[in-house]
Parts: sequence; structure tokens; C-alpha cells
Amino acid sequence: MKFEMKKTTVALVTLAMACGGSREGSQRVVLQNKGSDTLVNVAQAWAEAYRNVNPNVAIAVTGGGSGTGISAMINGTVDIANSSRAMSDSEIQAARANGQDPVEFIVGVDALAVFLHANNPISEFSLTQLKSIYGDGGTASRWSDLGVTVPGCRSDEIILVSRQNNSGTYAYFREAVLDDDDFKLGSRDMHGSMDVVDLVENTPCAIGYSGLAYATDHVKMPCIKQGAGSCVSPSIDTAVGGSYPVARPLFMYTAGQPEGAVKEYMDWILSDAGQCIILDKGYAPVRAVSCA
Amino acid sequence: MSEASRGSALDELDRRNADWYIDRLVQVLVFVGGVSAIVFILGIFVFITKEGLGFIGGRFSITEFFGSIAWRPTSRNPTYGALALIVGTASVTGLAMVVAVPFSLGAAIYIAEFSSGRTREALKVLVELLAAIPSVVWGFIGLSIMNPLIIRWFDTPVGLNVLNAGIILGLMAAPIMTTIAEDALKAVPDSYREAAEAMGATRWQVIRSVVIPAGKNGLVAAVLLGVGRGFGETMAVLMASGHSINLPTSPLDSVRALTATIAAELGETANGSEHYGALFTLGILLFVVTFAINLAADIMVRGGRRGRRATAEGGA
Repeated sequence: MKFEMKKTTVALVTLAMACGGSREGSQRVVLQNKGSDTLVNVAQAWAEAYRNVNPNVAIAVTGGGSGTGISAMINGTVDIANSSRAMSDSEIQAARANGQDPVEFIVGVDALAVFLHANNPISEFSLTQLKSIYGDGGTASRWSDLGVTVPGCRSDEIILVSRQNNSGTYAYFREAVLDDDDFKLGSRDMHGSMDVVDLVENTPCAIGYSGLAYATDHVKMPCIKQGAGSCVSPSIDTAVGGSYPVARPLFMYTAGQPEGAVKEYMDWILSDAGQCIILDKGYAPVRAVSCA
Repeated sequence: MSEASRGSALDELDRRNADWYIDRLVQVLVFVGGVSAIVFILGIFVFITKEGLGFIGGRFSITEFFGSIAWRPTSRNPTYGALALIVGTASVTGLAMVVAVPFSLGAAIYIAEFSSGRTREALKVLVELLAAIPSVVWGFIGLSIMNPLIIRWFDTPVGLNVLNAGIILGLMAAPIMTTIAEDALKAVPDSYREAAEAMGATRWQVIRSVVIPAGKNGLVAAVLLGVGRGFGETMAVLMASGHSINLPTSPLDSVRALTATIAAELGETANGSEHYGALFTLGILLFVVTFAINLAADIMVRGGRRGRRATAEGGA
């Protein structure tokens, strides 16, 4: 019985080797790419398009969140980690302690939009106002505190829609809007960007935030004002130009300076072809590109 | 018969042919199957305790964990107050029992005492089918059907709250409660019913004064198992409760459950971090509570059987 099993294994291995050998000697490489849910759609689109560029390289894309990707980078189980936030110093040290030296690439820019129900009369927010709505100890808890009445929202209560506390989106909103102070407790913490937009769309009293790429026609996106500056609407142009105050870079990390297939892939992502794909998915490219 | 010939006769009976080996093999397999449950439960307990221990021995403070609602594990100054999560789980489970107990006990009494033949078989199959609906489907019902209904009927801004999750969880727990409660009622000997009917009791009087008191332990066990189910349910509660850190003051407030917190946060937490340990501490709490509830239910069921056997034997 045991002997027979061994024979089958040997046969399978030989078969696999034969198949591999028939491919003109060139070896097929599989790259593991894991992390941010914000980036997962783009990463998948890149992986698919790259199949036509270099058929000998397959890229396996998994989501799970920025934290998941960074953990995998620290543990050395991925070639490229996607993240919608920068790795912290302690994470980089943990990775170095494990023999990985993460190298950072900025592959795109994501504008975080604030979403309101279509009935909401507000069309501009200052960062200070947002902080008084979302921040711990903030004074705005009713729409009348902001001087408006929202049709269809009879309770007048501001329903805060947020994300689970270890998503990159949550961390970036806290950094950019709340100056790294705490969120108010009692927000509805959704598990995905899409869920935030869905809930706001159906709830007149609600306010939420998510990547611009998740916007729909049924929600309103107010412009955001920083200090005494003018009010800037979230869009790809304002995110690339840097005038929109709540835009964050999107990262990819490689284990050590990339070489071989990983280097070719990263170069391609940062080329016009790669950057047009991220633009097509609703995020801003890292520089102005002209796409067909 | 001499010593030697008896030995050879035994050898004859004890010969090691294929049947003998199959017999031994099956014995070992069944033994492994039987013991595996114990091994697994011990293994799970050791694992979650080991993962949570780093937190319990370090950052953990009883007053903060059980006394504060500030669950902010990723803040600059992390706080780990689980009070709102515990109250959230308890309030949803409590409301679920308010929904499920009348339904499931009513269904059990009808199936066990009134229905017969095909109706009875059909009902039993349907109740068991209800238990086969995946919890994510229940969550979806909460999210997309109950949510707008609650908003319309109760005029609240968001319909994801204790009421929504409680109703969903009640419907989820009802099948198992019905099945156990029905078993408990069927286990009451017919001689009890016959004796009561012979005394001129109506059917309702028989059920109320004889069958229910006799099956009491089993019925309590059914409710306890329902509570255990409610405590441990994750997906449906995550989707229907609103997932909001809040001490509820009415059924229309959103809450967050212990299970849902673990499900939502564990995936993106670095292994071995303080946050990771805190989530496992929530897991230990859940494990201990559900274990205690199930153990209590088990003791009730056994107690009921033993008591009845004693009275039956005493009467005989």
C-alpha cells in the first residue's frame, strides 16, 4: 500500500517536471501579493493585465486588509504586500528581525471622500467640523448643531458610519481628520468600504467616509476645506494635484530591493500602462498620465 | 477436558484471521473518534488560553475590561473596555429568548402532544430545515429585509439594532430549542397522561399540570441551549446588530457583540500583539460562558431522566 503510494507520487513529480520542461526551458514564476482591501481590485486588475505582458509570471492576489499584508511581509510569506497605510517603525523593525527588509513603493493615491445622504443640504465641511462630528469629545451630535435640518431625518441625530478599527481607511481618517485623536464611541463600524456607502445611501441621518472609488450616484460628496483655504471637492485631479486634504498614498512593499520578476512587475505598475489601470479603477495615479 | 485441549479450543476461537484484524481496527477507530472530542476541546481551551495569557498577564485590568465601554485597541493610548460588548451580546441574546421561547415551546407542545401522523412528520422536518439555513443568510435577511421594515415601523434612523438582531437570533435558536423541548415532552411516559385523563383532566390540564412539570428539566435545558447558541452566533449578529459600541437603553439602539468584535478585528491584527491577546481574552470569556451554559443544560437533561426513572421504578 505504502509502496504503491510512493510510486504514484514519483510518477506525478515526473509528469510535472515533464510539463515544466516542455515550456522552452523558461520557468514559470508565481508571485504572492497580499494585503489592503482598498487596493485589492486594482491589484487583481494589474495581475490580470500582466498576464499578457509576461505570461511566465503569475501573480496570486489576496485581500484581507493592510494589516494582513503587513503581517505576511513580516512573516516572509509574500513577495509584495499591499497597504493603504505606511508600515510603522515597529513593523519595519519586526520585519528586519525576521530577515526581511521591506522597500516602499507609492503606487497610487486614494482620496477619502465624506459621504452624505442625497437629501442632506450640507455641501461643504471644514476639517474642524468633521473633527467635531467624528472625534472623541466633539460637540456636534445633531444636525442642528451644524445649523441644518435634514429632510427625512426626524430624530436629528447624526448617525456616524465608520470602519472596523484596524482598517487602513480608519487609520488614515484618524490621522488626517482627527489629528490621531480617538474616534467618538458609538459609530456603526462597517466591515467594508462598500457597506459604508450602502448604509449612507439608505439613511438620511448618516455621514460616512470611504475611498472615492466607492462613490455612487446616490450619495452626496461635500467638498472639504482645510484651514482658511478654499473648499476642494474630492476627485482624481485634486488628489493627484495634492489640493484635496484627505488623500493618502497607496503603498506596495517588496521584501528587499526588488530584482528579477518582482522588479519587472513593479516597474510595469509604475509605467504608464500600470498607472492607467489604477486610474481606470477610480484611484489617482502617482503622476499625470495620458491614457487612451 | 484437559488443560491442553481447552487451550487449543480457545486458540481456535481466537484465531487471528481477517475478521479479527478488522474487528481490532474498527475498535481503535471508534475509540479515536470517541476520545477526539475530548482532545479537541482541551486543545482549543489550551490554545485560546495560551494566546490570551500574554494579555491577561500584562495589560489586562479587571476594572477596565469589565467596567469600561472604551474599546479602542488601535488608538495611540489603547483601552480595552469590554463592558459594551458584553452588554451587547447579553441584550441581543435576551431579546432573542423573548422571541424564541414562546415560539419554540409552543411548537414543541403542538408537535409532541397534538399533531399526529403526516402533519407531525412534516412539521418536524420543516423545523429541522429551519436549522439548516446558514447564518450569513439570516444576517442578509436582517440587513436587507428587517432593516427597512424596522425603520418604517418604528421611525428610527437605522434599523440595525438589538431588535433586529434579537429577532433574527430568536428565529435561528428556535429550531434547536423546539427539537430538544419536543424530545423532553416525548420522554414523559404515556402512563402519566393516561392517569391524568382517567381523572377527568382536559388535554390542556394534562399538558399544563402533568406533562410540562414532568418534562421541566428538559425544557429548561432547551432554553439554555438556545441561550448558548445566541451567545456564540457571530455572522448574523455582526450583520444585523449595527456593530456599534454602545450601552443600549432601548431595543432600537445599535450594539456590538463579543463574537462580532473578534470576527471583525482578528483578521487584520498582527499575531502576538496586545490587541491580538485582547481578542483572545474575549474568546476565553465566550468559551467559559458557553461552556457553563451547555454544562448546565446537560446536567438538567440528565437530572430529568434520572428523576423520572426513579419515580417510574418506585411506582412499579
